[in-house]
Amino acid sequence: MTSSPLALYLMLALVLFCIGMYGALMKRNTVIVLISIELMLNAANLNFIAFSKYGPNPSLFGQVFSLFSITIAAAEAAVGLAILMAIYRQRKSVHIDDYDSLKH
Amino acid sequence: MQVAWIIPLFPFVSFILLLLLGKRLKEKSGMVASLLVSLSVLASFFVFYERGSGDTFVREVSWFSIGEVDISVGYQITALNALMLVIVSVISLFVHLYSTAYMKGNERFSIYFAYLGLFTFAMTSLVMTTNILQLYVFWELVGLGSFLLIGFYFEREKAKAAAKKAFIMTRIGDVGLFVAIVLIYLHVGSFSFHELFQRVENGTLSSSVVTTIALLIFVGAIGKSGQFPLHTWLPDAMEGPTPVSALIHAATMVAAGVYLVAYVYPLFLASETALTVVASVGAFTAIFAATIATAQNDIKRILAYSTISQLGFMMLALGTAGYVAAIFHLTTHAFFKALLFLAAGSVIHIVHTQNIFQMGGVKDVRWTSATFVIGALSLSGIPLFSGFFSKEEIFLSVWESGHYTLFWIAMITAMLTSFYMFRLVFLVFPGEKKDREIRYVESPAMMKWTLGIVAAASILVGFIGHFLSDWLESDFTSAFTHAEGPWWMPVVSTVFSVAGILIAYQLYRPSKAPKESSTNRLLERGYYLDEAYNRTIVAFVKGIAKITSVIDRYVIGGLVATIAQSVVWLGKRGAYAQTGKTQHYGAVAFFGLTILLVIYVWMGGYW
Repeated sequence: MTSSPLALYLMLALVLFCIGMYGALMKRNTVIVLISIELMLNAANLNFIAFSKYGPNPSLFGQVFSLFSITIAAAEAAVGLAILMAIYRQRKSVHIDDYDSLKH
Repeated sequence: MQVAWIIPLFPFVSFILLLLLGKRLKEKSGMVASLLVSLSVLASFFVFYERGSGDTFVREVSWFSIGEVDISVGYQITALNALMLVIVSVISLFVHLYSTAYMKGNERFSIYFAYLGLFTFAMTSLVMTTNILQLYVFWELVGLGSFLLIGFYFEREKAKAAAKKAFIMTRIGDVGLFVAIVLIYLHVGSFSFHELFQRVENGTLSSSVVTTIALLIFVGAIGKSGQFPLHTWLPDAMEGPTPVSALIHAATMVAAGVYLVAYVYPLFLASETALTVVASVGAFTAIFAATIATAQNDIKRILAYSTISQLGFMMLALGTAGYVAAIFHLTTHAFFKALLFLAAGSVIHIVHTQNIFQMGGVKDVRWTSATFVIGALSLSGIPLFSGFFSKEEIFLSVWESGHYTLFWIAMITAMLTSFYMFRLVFLVFPGEKKDREIRYVESPAMMKWTLGIVAAASILVGFIGHFLSDWLESDFTSAFTHAEGPWWMPVVSTVFSVAGILIAYQLYRPSKAPKESSTNRLLERGYYLDEAYNRTIVAFVKGIAKITSVIDRYVIGGLVATIAQSVVWLGKRGAYAQTGKTQHYGAVAFFGLTILLVIYVWMGGYW
């Protein structure tokens, strides 16, 4: 374990990202998948902020960019949920394995 | 002679024109074709006249060159081919005219004349060549014309089979000719006849090479001229229309073999072996075919075997250094055989059958009968008819060469010739009609006219003997010795010919003739040669064909199919990646990204 604050923040972001990825790829419930995707986005935001404060060239860019990222994440979540709603009305199921009509 | 190249051009134009416009011209195609061929005839006579007062004319043009090898094409007018040009074009013209009446009403009238034009083009070009490669081209083209015309009635299975047989069999001979061409090129360095003859004269070609080349050329001639053993296609070729038989299988194409041997005669003169082989094969074929002819019942087949036999005579003459005799006989044979075929066509037209045992009483149809009998008398060598004079020359040349066995074979063949011809004559013309119902009506005017002219020509051509030897000698630097034969020769040959007629009279005159054919099976089937070929060579080739077909379908076809199937299999396996499940796609995407990142790091940051 190193004591540099940057490394600690990055490791946190990494852990969060991995948890998010696990959820996105392994969970059966589509809502949980969407939540996990949000988690991955947040991990990336953490990275930006960490580099903006403790990185080699500290500046405000990282924080400003993470604001953008949050906004976009929000919009994307809205769209994703809207799609989920539409599919649910069709198939009456949120089980992600049921959405396989593009199967060969 | 500079314009001699237009002689083949007219029939070629006829061919192209009739292929393009035939449907529209229909009945007029006959006139168009005949007109063009008559122009060819005029040109041939003109060239003949010019050659008479001039020297051999040669004109060559370079066709293409590969590296240092220069291949040229051209034409030459020697005494021999000036004569051939006249013969070919004149007989072609009469066949054209005759066919306008004979083939009337046929649906493919214009195609028939187109083919005739193609054939005439090829034959006239063949006789004028300067180099052996060009000759081979036209040799094959003539074979093609023959194939197309024999198989003209292609709805009949027998016609198709006969056409294939003719082409394939002559092709076998052509292989020999081709090997000869290759050998010539190897040893002489050029395809030109002139150079070949020079090398032979200088003695710079070893005698074994000369003999081999001569024999191989003769193999080609055996195929084309229907000598034993490649003769079986000729009788089957009678499936074609009768005027075709007159043109191709009597007068011209089958004479091409004889012509070829004559054209390269200096080569043969340099090789005793080759001459002996030619003479022996010729004599054997002559008597062999004559025996078969005595047992045939189809009028055209009798004439076909007769052609084979007479060509054997010509080869015999060539083989015994009787150059003039052979060419003389070629000329007279062209006319009287064409006459016989055309007259036979007329007879068939009148009695609607080809079986001589179903004819009889045709003598009432006077014009056809007269012309046919003139032809028969000519062929039998009766004095004052053309065949007598040309056969005399042949007997003379064989006697002078000292091959006495061949001489007597020739004499016996002559007797057989008159026998089978007059067997035919006595069965067909005198006597009673076998079938009371049929009325015999004389053939149309055009057929009568052409028959008459050809008959007159065939009588007149017998008297050109002395003129011919002078004419032909102008081709060679050394004159041919033309000795006068023993006094008894014309007498003996006449005796043999008349004996044949008398025997035929005894056996086949109307009162004593058998009602049906009771001929020897062996002879009738041509000594079962066809069957023998079928069982051996044909079966062998078919076997090879089957094997290669199996290889083609299963081995090669299998290989191709396997490749195709493996691609399909690969595709099917790949399709399993399409599960339709988002999370699988996501996993694959991240996995790929990971790999890229690893590579990125490994490469030190950039790739």
